[in-house]
Amino acid sequence: MAEHGATVLRVCRAVLGPADADDAWSETFLAALKAYPRLPADANVEAWLVTIAHRKAIDVTRAAARRAVPVADVPEPPPAGQADGRDTELADALAALPRRQREAIAYHYLAGLPYQDVAAITGGSTDAARRAAADGIARLRKTYPGAALPDGENS
Amino acid sequence: MIMNHEPDLLQALPAVTEEELAVLRDRLAARADADGVLDVAYRTLDTPVGTLLLAATEAGLVRVAYPIEGHDQVLQALAARVSPRILNAPRRLDPAAREIDEYFAGQRHVFDLPLDYRLATGFRRKVLGHLPGIGYGTTASYATVAAAVGSPRAFRAVGTACATNPLPVVLPCHRVIKSGGDLGNYRGGPAAKQLLLNLEAA
Repeated sequence: MAEHGATVLRVCRAVLGPADADDAWSETFLAALKAYPRLPADANVEAWLVTIAHRKAIDVTRAAARRAVPVADVPEPPPAGQADGRDTELADALAALPRRQREAIAYHYLAGLPYQDVAAITGGSTDAARRAAADGIARLRKTYPGAALPDGENS
Repeated sequence: MIMNHEPDLLQALPAVTEEELAVLRDRLAARADADGVLDVAYRTLDTPVGTLLLAATEAGLVRVAYPIEGHDQVLQALAARVSPRILNAPRRLDPAAREIDEYFAGQRHVFDLPLDYRLATGFRRKVLGHLPGIGYGTTASYATVAAAVGSPRAFRAVGTACATNPLPVVLPCHRVIKSGGDLGNYRGGPAAKQLLLNLEAA
């Protein structure tokens, strides 16, 4: 199970953003640890962990919404990117996508699950999951400044 | 598992670092322990006989493993025989690590740790229970140990019990040698057995 720790963290960050990802990761592995003895020996552990992470991410989002308090003065957002010496622009662009697209990208591309499994986790059809991922990637290519333009476009 | 080609674009996402994961794992281990779902905690410890794997249940130290046993295989066996709820969680092993460090520094002659004997049953367990009675710096023959546990002809079975000791170093099977003075076999290899006996003779 430990070998999936990094993948699950990448998935949680892509779906929730870095601030809430740690909580979702901890809740995912704690729940997995509790349920692990009942997991069939031939189960796909990664798909199972991503399924749990999906539910925990929803819980974390709901809890954050309950905690949210309206403020009169919205603080200035930190300058994009380089906040802690890392390039956060792509993460910011990802965070701006609709949730369905973030989930489809995270579960398919970061966790490596086939679209059929992605659809089973998020609900909806396999085609809808495939479309959400494709639309999300297309959107990122437009909004992320660092995206290399595909050959033949705008050149 | 089917790997999906990750668009080059996504490789620009910040990487997950080993340090970040270590922080999360520590926090998870503490919570799992508090919730009673950390059945087996483990860590490794560098010693003069190589990097030892230490594992403990809530009852006590359950396994000490030498590198030549293959730590991954040992962990898999623990998952199968004890529980799959197993995490790298050093805190539970702090007392064991400290006492083993003291032993190798020559400052400790007797281990004072809760032990979980569940990986040894029947006659083997009886033999293991006798081992702490063989004092630091002394040795006993397989035949002597067999006699001491009430089965004088079972010296081969004593050899097997020592060879499968789940808690080497802490339960001193290295102090059991052949009647003629040959060291005999050892779970950690003959060089480790020699090193431990030399350490205790110093």
